[in-house]
Amino acid sequence: MNFTFHRKRISGVLGIVPAKEQSFLEDMRNFNFPESRSRKLMEVMGYDKHRLVEPGVCVSDLAVAGLQHLFERGRLARDGFDAMILVTQSPDHFMPPTSNIIQGRLDLKQDLLCLDINQGCAGFVIGLIQACLLLEQACIRKVVVINADVMSRKTSPKDRNSYPLIGDAAAITVVERDAADSVIHANLKMDGTRNEALMIPAGGFRLPSTPETAVLEEVGDHNLRAKDHLRMDGSAVFNFVQVEVPPLIESLLAQAGVTKAEVDYFLCHQPNRFMLQKLADKMKVPHDRMPMNVVEHFGNSSGVTIPMAICFNLAHPLKTGQIRACLAGFGVGLTWSSMLLRLGDLSFCELIDYP
Amino acid sequence: MNTLAELLKEIRPEFDFTASRDFLADGMLDSFDMVTLVATLDKTYGISIEGVDIVPEHFQNLDTIAGLLRKYGVAGA
Repeated sequence: MNFTFHRKRISGVLGIVPAKEQSFLEDMRNFNFPESRSRKLMEVMGYDKHRLVEPGVCVSDLAVAGLQHLFERGRLARDGFDAMILVTQSPDHFMPPTSNIIQGRLDLKQDLLCLDINQGCAGFVIGLIQACLLLEQACIRKVVVINADVMSRKTSPKDRNSYPLIGDAAAITVVERDAADSVIHANLKMDGTRNEALMIPAGGFRLPSTPETAVLEEVGDHNLRAKDHLRMDGSAVFNFVQVEVPPLIESLLAQAGVTKAEVDYFLCHQPNRFMLQKLADKMKVPHDRMPMNVVEHFGNSSGVTIPMAICFNLAHPLKTGQIRACLAGFGVGLTWSSMLLRLGDLSFCELIDYP
Repeated sequence: MNTLAELLKEIRPEFDFTASRDFLADGMLDSFDMVTLVATLDKTYGISIEGVDIVPEHFQNLDTIAGLLRKYGVAGA
């Protein structure tokens, strides 16, 4: 599915990361994992540190802190946006929508469309597409897209294939109309037949959480996980990315009439360095044009990793100029989506700690 | 240059890789080890094994890994 949007732009990006930092080496020691193997994994996958929320911290806490930061510094007016999209897989509650909770906690205006979207690692691009669609309406002049997840709270601390890699974080991206004649191209694909590749089996209405679903089970390689926890078929996800993402991006660039050489940066979701290196090699993109360093500093925070890559790597050039960027997100659903746009002249682009 | 068995032994020194026909079923390699092995093979032989080839059936035993390497032009591995 292809999209084209005219006269829309990103005007600011803020990343919010928990102040609590854990080291991959220390985590792996808790699994009695030999340090020599951990160090090899650090070298190959890029794992080093990850940021985790303290117990009890929810998505709305990160989002409210980020929005207050922007309000207090005059970077976003409290009543200056007409829609607020929250993309998360870890809502505060099943109901009400967490975006409404954020609206209430900040006492935002009632003329505000609050919308939760259940998406993960493709969630940044999905949120941007939704924002651009809303901006086609006369009543919507500016949209706040919040990507936020606290998936560490749904990851088994005894699953060494998941826990040491996960990160919690939020990002706030402002999307608005552009006075210049800018064009944004995007595309997306979804395949629900592979929905079990990334899943939290229990806790919804199909399989409610019970004492039984909380029981840790041996799931191979001495890892223990409950049905209440995040389950990832790493091999299936890895192959999905390598097979599906390159043609998606090729198709996007063909749609836009742009060559790979004309793209300054390929800003992809950041599961680990190894997967991104293989993706870059397959696409014949030089590694220095595909940032891969988010996971080593912050962990994998699903839909937040692309805005994190922007804030962590490109804050200075994006405040003073423009780049042509190709974004690509891929994950739960399964969902894969990409977007080609001019990015720059941002009024804010920074990372802050929570609290 | 190290043999395949020696490269594997560097990753998991506790195992004899010449004695197994199925490293994964025998618990000698897990998914993390597979990734480490691919990075080692890439570096050792100056190749880049494509992501679509990083599947368990290519890493079952010394013969299947050698077969994968032949696909990338590495002879006599």
